[in-house]
Amino acid sequence: MIGAIVTPLRNSAGASTDVREPIVESSPRAPMVEIKNLCKKYGRLEVLKNCDLVVARGEVVVICGPSGSGKSTLIKCVNGLEKFDGGSVVVDGIAVGKSNAEMTRLRRRIGMVFQHFELYSHLTVLQNVCLAQIHVLKREKNEALAKARGLLARVGLPDKESFYPAQLSGGQQQRVAIARALAVDPIAMLFDEPTSALDPEMIGEVLAVMLELARDGMTMMVVTHEMGFARKAADRVVFMDQGAIIEVAPTEQFFEAPRAERARLFLSRILSH
Amino acid sequence: MNLDFSVVARAIPFLAEGLALSFLLTAVAMAGGTAIGLVLAVIRLSTWRSAGLVAAAYVNGFRAIPLVLVIFWFYFLVPLALGHPVSALQSAIIAFVLFEAAYYSEIIRAGLASVRVGQWQAASASGLGYIQTLRLIILPQALRNMLPVMISQAVILFQDTSLVYVISLRDFMTSASIVANRDNRLVEIYLFAALVYFVICSTGAWSASVLSRKRSLA
Repeated sequence: MIGAIVTPLRNSAGASTDVREPIVESSPRAPMVEIKNLCKKYGRLEVLKNCDLVVARGEVVVICGPSGSGKSTLIKCVNGLEKFDGGSVVVDGIAVGKSNAEMTRLRRRIGMVFQHFELYSHLTVLQNVCLAQIHVLKREKNEALAKARGLLARVGLPDKESFYPAQLSGGQQQRVAIARALAVDPIAMLFDEPTSALDPEMIGEVLAVMLELARDGMTMMVVTHEMGFARKAADRVVFMDQGAIIEVAPTEQFFEAPRAERARLFLSRILSH
Repeated sequence: MNLDFSVVARAIPFLAEGLALSFLLTAVAMAGGTAIGLVLAVIRLSTWRSAGLVAAAYVNGFRAIPLVLVIFWFYFLVPLALGHPVSALQSAIIAFVLFEAAYYSEIIRAGLASVRVGQWQAASASGLGYIQTLRLIILPQALRNMLPVMISQAVILFQDTSLVYVISLRDFMTSASIVANRDNRLVEIYLFAALVYFVICSTGAWSASVLSRKRSLA
């Protein structure tokens, strides 16, 4: 049933990569995301402690851990939404947080999906998906519209383009948000608890879209509690607790035999409920 | 008591001129006050500390002084500042715009703050710059939230235009009072003036409440 909503993602999305900004091809061998010794504090509270993580091109990394462990903060450091106090984040060869001009150039290449969707409530679904294409990438309107319609079809919402976000269900809104993030042909996607605000019956439709995306080779960093998704889509799982990365392991190994005691405890809690 | 409302009918062209001035002042003060208020609000919400303090001092300063005093002062100060005489109307317009800017900036600041932080994050994550985000994403949503309050403020402003009597400008209220004294028909004229204010202001208040009800449904 879920598979039926989602038509394959690759054929029309990958075809029209934006040729004006060849950042994608700039350094094909380098890792997509390199996080080194990342530290962040809110006053006395250390929200990130010496985090190290390298994400390869095309890799899908699921980040899990108890709430307040710094997962969201970590991925928001990747596109500079959160500032950090120490260490470095390099995305596709560009250092995050160094210059504003570089950051703007980088951000338009990294898609982000939020827990509460954050669709623009005063714009229709179609306008939501077109906005960054027109105002950031300076695409022609017709080109942007065609791209948006293609993406809406692929997230299974071809008939909703003139709706406003408030008229859609949570699952539909999140799928529009994914289409919006994909519209600028990102080289990597960040997901910040994309299904946490959804009713249980809508989680599947969003995860199905994400799974297709993962199978199509998108580089993804996903903060989620959906361990079923992690098993199916992730290459590696990162476990965080109290601001530190406790364990990074290939997916199978993480679920079969997590090395860290805290990860074991977390898994037993989250899988047994 | 012997009421004669024909005096009202005879005075209508004269009163209409006064009403036109009241509307003009309201419209100009709203437009100018909103524009300057927007700049003040954006400065106060920005991370530019020193400018934020200046803007805050401006807003709090004007809100601590009665409008009638501001009108009076500007009547004397503006010619001094510019070095040449200005008409009473020009000085009144400047006073109203600068005074209303303080109030509108507070309304706009609350309106901007009412838009979720996530909207800023989503916009900047997609590569939009600060001004683009403000213009395309935040302001349209903020405007919808603050429109009812802005209209309520305009209703108060419309009533406050009567204060220009201190610099001998003839707004609606002043015109009414001139006719009332000239024809010695105070009751009739002031009843009529009250009726006019009532109709205009309650229309404004009603449209504000319709808008805010619409907003809570959306």
